[in-house]
Parts: sequence; C-alpha cells; structure tokens
Amino acid sequence: MVTLADLGVIRAVAVAADGILEVVITPTFLGCPAMPTIEAEIRAVLANCGHPDGRIRQVLAPAWTTDWISAEGRRKLSEHGIAPPHAAQAPLSVRLGFGLPCPNCGSAATRPQSPFGATRCQAVLVCTACQETFAHLKAM
Amino acid sequence: MAISGTGPLRRDLAEYTLRLGDDALILSQRLCAWVTNAPSIEEDLAIANIALDLLGHARTLLSYSGQLDETGRSDDDLAYRRSEREFRNTLLVELPNGDFAVTIARQLIYAHYSRLLYAALDKSADAVLAGFGARAAKEVEYHQIHAAQWTVRLGRGTAESRRRMQAGLEHVWPCAAELFEADDRVERLDADGIAVAPARLRVPWEREVAAVLADAELNVPAPSWQATGGRSGLHTEVFGLLLAEFQSVYRQYPGGTW
Repeated sequence: MVTLADLGVIRAVAVAADGILEVVITPTFLGCPAMPTIEAEIRAVLANCGHPDGRIRQVLAPAWTTDWISAEGRRKLSEHGIAPPHAAQAPLSVRLGFGLPCPNCGSAATRPQSPFGATRCQAVLVCTACQETFAHLKAM
Repeated sequence: MAISGTGPLRRDLAEYTLRLGDDALILSQRLCAWVTNAPSIEEDLAIANIALDLLGHARTLLSYSGQLDETGRSDDDLAYRRSEREFRNTLLVELPNGDFAVTIARQLIYAHYSRLLYAALDKSADAVLAGFGARAAKEVEYHQIHAAQWTVRLGRGTAESRRRMQAGLEHVWPCAAELFEADDRVERLDADGIAVAPARLRVPWEREVAAVLADAELNVPAPSWQATGGRSGLHTEVFGLLLAEFQSVYRQYPGGTW
C-alpha cells in the first residue's frame, strides 16, 4: 500500500509554537477530492497516538511534484501495475511515456495512448509488442 | 506574503480570484456535458479529466475569494448560491459546446491562455496564488497538449474535419479578446506583484496559438467583433440555462448531504 509519506503528501510533523502537534500536508492535485478522507485518516492516527488535539495544516507552496514520490513509493506503484513517473523536468516526449517498459511483457516498444486515464494523475500507455495497455503516473 | 488586514487590496484580490475561479468553474461545467457523448472513450476520459482539473482550480480560487471578501462563503456557497449577474467569468467559457471542433477551438484558446496565466502567477507576491499557479500550470500543460494535438489532427485530417475546425475557430474567436481585457483593479494588483494583468499575456498567447494553427494548416481568424461584459456580470442568454441546471439540485434540497 502506497503511504502518504511515500507520496510526499506529508511535508512535516512537528510541535508548533503553541504546543500542539501539527501535521503539514500538501494536496497532490488542486481540489483533490481525496483530501477530506486523507485528513480524516490522519486525525484518526493522531488520536490513536495520544494526540487527539493534533491539527492538520494544508499548504499549497511549495507545489507538490511527482519528484517527491520516494523510491519505495515508486516500487510499490510498479507492483500495482502503474508505471512510475519520470523526472518532472524531463523532456515532454519522455514525460509522456515513450519507451517505458511494459509491465506485461517487458518490451520498450511502448507509446502513449492518451495523456488522461482513470484518475487525474494517470495516463494510459500501450505496448506495441503485446498490445496491452497500462497505467502510468504523469510526471508533474 | 499572504494578504492580511482589510481594505481595498483585499477586496481587489477577492474580485480577481473570483474572476479566475468562475472561468474555471463554468468551463468545467460545459465540458462535463461531453461525458458519455465524446467521439471515443479515450476522449470521454480526457474531457472528464480536464473538467476535474478545472473544478479543482475553481475550488481553490473560490475558497480563497470567499475568505478574502470576509463573507465567510465557501466554494460551494459561491458556486451554488450566486445568480447570473454575480458571476465574473468571460463569455468564452459559457459558449455552448457546439460540435467537437467548436469545443476543441475553445480549448485551444483557453488552455494556452490559462497556462501562460498560471505560470506567471507562480511568481505572485501572494503565497496562496503563487502556490496555486505553480501547481495549476503543470496540470494545464496537459490540457494544452490535448487541444493542440486535436487542432492539428482535425486541421490536417479530412476535408470535413478541416472545414469544421476552421468553422469552430471562426465561431469562438470573437470571445478570445475578452480574456485579455484590462481594468484598473487588475492593473493595481499587477503593479503590486500580486496578479497578472491579462494584457501582458496577449502577445505570447497570439504567438503560441498561431504556431499551432500553422502546424494544423488552418487560418488565424480575421479580427471582427469582440465579446465583452462577463467580467461585469453581463452574460449571454444561455448562461441562465447553464446556471439553472448546475444549481438545480443544490437549490431543490438546501442543506442536503449524501
């Protein structure tokens, strides 16, 4: 299971100046509808760890980037059949997914089928060798 | 720096973020009408994703506007409880979808504009707008790619696709100028390094769009009449219908949750 720490969503956990434990988070996508659920889960963890008064602060800057996904997170994404993203500063053709190894047959003869997929973060690639499609996290 | 205190700067910024938020909100609503109707399932997904990105931008901007104007209104309050004359979107985004080429023409204009705008906003002296701009610019890059690729495909496709794409451009072009309208309020905010005066974006926008049209072997439409009024709340007849549909469930079940 990919964690919020793996994704780089949790930016800091520290005791604030007023003595309250504060968890600072950044949304991946603006207006991401998962944020209330994410906050609720963090609150539950804080309560279970003896910090029922702990608070969560959302910050927009610095902006979240896929570069913050940890090596462990990238490994877990691959295990779930989602090709992890390239570096956010890579050239566009690379970021769009040309040549990413096919999770099905391993061929590098892959190309983007659509820059949009099942969720806002995903694109769809197709393998021209085995004809299977697979999901890819967009670099941004 | 984040805006603190009261006064004209805060009110100006509330109005500015309302304009940007309304653009994103109304375009999102228009695009949603393509879901289950797009030319292919990949396009259904693409358009839905673009609409969701826009909705995310709208929520961020409208939430901020409601805090700045000190009415305490949430993004939902602003979206669902205002009437036509209170909306500040440009007329481009409320245009009926037309055929697929009209929609792509509208996307071409708006995606290039929004990417230039958001990339410039990431240098804003206001921390919220800067964070928003940095993130949103990366998202709309994919909108721009989508619009440009389709423009080229349709322009260089068949005689029919070319005819429709050129007609689509001619149809939406009179609404492009309003994106770059100047006014004192935005000029003041730009001078303070907070907002981006739209007129600053016109030249790079023209260059980018002209390059796509050249690649697509289409003509840049000749200058003609220019739509205006959206920033003052003066909308077109179809806007009433759009709003009625958009707000209908919320208004029928006030306070409802599910």
